[in-house]
Amino acid sequence: MNGTSGLAKGEEGEKALLTDTSIMDEEKKETTPKAVPKENAKKVPVKKKEAPPAEPLILSSSPHIASGESIPFLMHHVILALIPGLLVGLYFFGLDALRVLLITTVTAIGFEVLLQRIMQRPVTVSDLSAAVTGILLAMNLPAGAPWWLCVVGSGVAIVVGKQLYGGLGYNLFNPALVARVVLLISWPVQMTTWPKAQPFFQQGVDAVTGATPLGRMKESLLLHHDLSGIANVSLLDPFLGHVGGSLGEISALALLLGGFYLIAKRVITWHIPVGFLGTVLVIAALFHFIDPNRYASPQFHLVTGGLILGAFFMATDLVTSPVTHQGMLVFGVGCGLITMMIRFWGGYPEGVSFSILLMNAATPLIDRWVKPRTFGTGFRK
Amino acid sequence: MKTLTFPVGGIHPPEEKHYTEKKGIENLPLPKQVIIPLQQHIGAPCEVQVKVKEPVSVGQLLASAKGFVSAPVHASISGTVTKIAPMPHPMGREIPAVLIESDGEDRRDPGLTGTSDFLSLEANQLKTKILEAGIVGMGGATFPTHVKLSPPEEKPIDTVIVNGVECEPFLTADHRLMLEAPDEILGGLQILMKVLGVKRGYIGIERNKPDAIETMTKRVDGCAGIEVMPLKVKYPQGAEKQLIKAILNREVPSGGLPMDVGVVVQNVGTASAIYRAVHDGMPLIERVTTVTGPGINEPMNLRVRIGTPFSELIDYCGGFKGKRGKVISGGPMMGMTQYSLEVPVIKGTSGILVFRDEDLRLTDSHPCIRCGKCVEACPMQINPSLLGVYVEAGGMDELESNRILDCIECGSCAFICPAARPLVHLIRFGKAEVMARKKK
Repeated sequence: MNGTSGLAKGEEGEKALLTDTSIMDEEKKETTPKAVPKENAKKVPVKKKEAPPAEPLILSSSPHIASGESIPFLMHHVILALIPGLLVGLYFFGLDALRVLLITTVTAIGFEVLLQRIMQRPVTVSDLSAAVTGILLAMNLPAGAPWWLCVVGSGVAIVVGKQLYGGLGYNLFNPALVARVVLLISWPVQMTTWPKAQPFFQQGVDAVTGATPLGRMKESLLLHHDLSGIANVSLLDPFLGHVGGSLGEISALALLLGGFYLIAKRVITWHIPVGFLGTVLVIAALFHFIDPNRYASPQFHLVTGGLILGAFFMATDLVTSPVTHQGMLVFGVGCGLITMMIRFWGGYPEGVSFSILLMNAATPLIDRWVKPRTFGTGFRK
Repeated sequence: MKTLTFPVGGIHPPEEKHYTEKKGIENLPLPKQVIIPLQQHIGAPCEVQVKVKEPVSVGQLLASAKGFVSAPVHASISGTVTKIAPMPHPMGREIPAVLIESDGEDRRDPGLTGTSDFLSLEANQLKTKILEAGIVGMGGATFPTHVKLSPPEEKPIDTVIVNGVECEPFLTADHRLMLEAPDEILGGLQILMKVLGVKRGYIGIERNKPDAIETMTKRVDGCAGIEVMPLKVKYPQGAEKQLIKAILNREVPSGGLPMDVGVVVQNVGTASAIYRAVHDGMPLIERVTTVTGPGINEPMNLRVRIGTPFSELIDYCGGFKGKRGKVISGGPMMGMTQYSLEVPVIKGTSGILVFRDEDLRLTDSHPCIRCGKCVEACPMQINPSLLGVYVEAGGMDELESNRILDCIECGSCAFICPAARPLVHLIRFGKAEVMARKKK
């Protein structure tokens, strides 16, 4: 039969209706061919009611409604969730922190526009992902970072970490972490000069630098083979943020607030943070139990360094982490394992960034191997 | 009463039932002309049995089933056959149809006889009635009912589920039917149980229809083996596989049918049609459908004759409100957009939904950002984002091993996608490709 004209537009359908008298062979015999056109003209007046032809109806595949979520919507929640951590950073590091934040954010957006123009792609800064990258990069830098370090960082993040892969969605590694690690390896001095955290009203001319708790732990282990260096570190300070470190990683409390907000808004799920933090907790507790003189307490490991920032904001980067809940758990556990290996036995005091990047590389494999049980397969009651 | 649901996946779209849930079913005035497609079901088309100019009466056979997986069609009004030709069809292409012009008399075929004491009939007699009445799944899938009632011997059936979930947003036809015709639904269920020799029957209803749960619970009170099961409001609770999982915790195996786990599921509309076919002797010639949406002046639940053009229902409901954007046959999650308003209501038309231009999200889609929300939402627990990427990139070899054929096209993934990716569209394309390869 030739009546199957597929998804004909309104007018085509009409034309076919008025002229097409060819029908299935068997029916042809039963139809009086002469009568058909006449009857068509007379008895299909319904078609004329539709004239003048209104605009064609929109045709599309289902579904016809959407949740209203969008990429900018997700990104703006991430930015909101970062605000508490940023405020603590500003409070303890002052205008220096603001300077770093502005430079990285503005230049990250600038690099995105520039690259997309050069590559003649649509400019997509309005999706806010470049802004998020810029803010996250700032949070991973010392507040005293020189301006050029910030600019180089943004460039590495956006150009190498993101746009050269094809833009948002195609990058394999978390762009902000790529930048952080490149900077850390290339300019180790600038990247580990930590301004001392001082409450805003006490900040004066005599800004001094101080080591991070994890730095002191590593140093103490290397020099004295014990933990005497962190003996008098109060855990309340890193919890609230009164401690040396990158400008956005210092307060576990503020970052936890933001992290819970992201989970509540369903931007991220609990799987990666719980897998990550849970693994750190278990390993730290185990080793601390075996040898408390060499291995710091699990509480110490939890609140220091970039762990909370990493677990809630860096490891959960949508693009570079697995897509299934099961895969996310594996990813989180892997991050926790590698972090602790570096903290215990590695050359760097902190391992969060490296662990996340290594697990980013493993993400395609995780997605291939760790899949949920498809409905109707392997079900046992 | 427990609240049951399927365990993983699913979404919570806005329910939008407020347009019509409080509105009783109205009878649409007899149409002047009906267009009755010779194929309104999944399976083989029918063989036409009438000639042009022949007078027909209500319920008269127009075309008989050709093959087992097929269903006959009947005249829904009395009058004269004016034309037999391919006509626009809500499934998106032209299909041969019989056009009948009404004589306004609504004359019933005298040959049709009902049985008021319907449970006195033998199982085989009941099944024949269902077959002859052209009954198909009226939830939208239009699978011929008698096929579901003829399981092979090695697959014994122990449970019948009547599906009153109506999880598609906007639609309320099944809801109203449960409120207004609980006897017909219960009767239909009893007939189904008798045909299959089954002792256990459930009526599954989502909790957003408390009045329907109450009405049906009262009505089934005292009927041995029949129980109303309230279900959690979650889309796609009404999908056959998810419904069976929710009520019985059985999983239809991949590629299988409900009969593989001893279950037959029928929509409430189908149950009512079965009752009418046996009790009144009237074949499936009308159905309840919801005309609704922000683009309709007066949304309503209408009882309409099969073959009535969409335009007539829309006119009866006060016409379009605002600039018409999409006219959809079915609900917003799985319905099909229509290219012409002259398509007729068919057996599977559960609703006509009209969106204005401003109700549509006509944004460009972005590359996948791998957020995993579609995986989380997928009730079948496959990976829609990955399948979408494979289809786009031409990786057709990877589709089957990633279980593309398990997709039920419920649309949860595309609904939730923040990158606005047309995932169902891509998956359908991929499925067609896989099926085509299998045939080779």
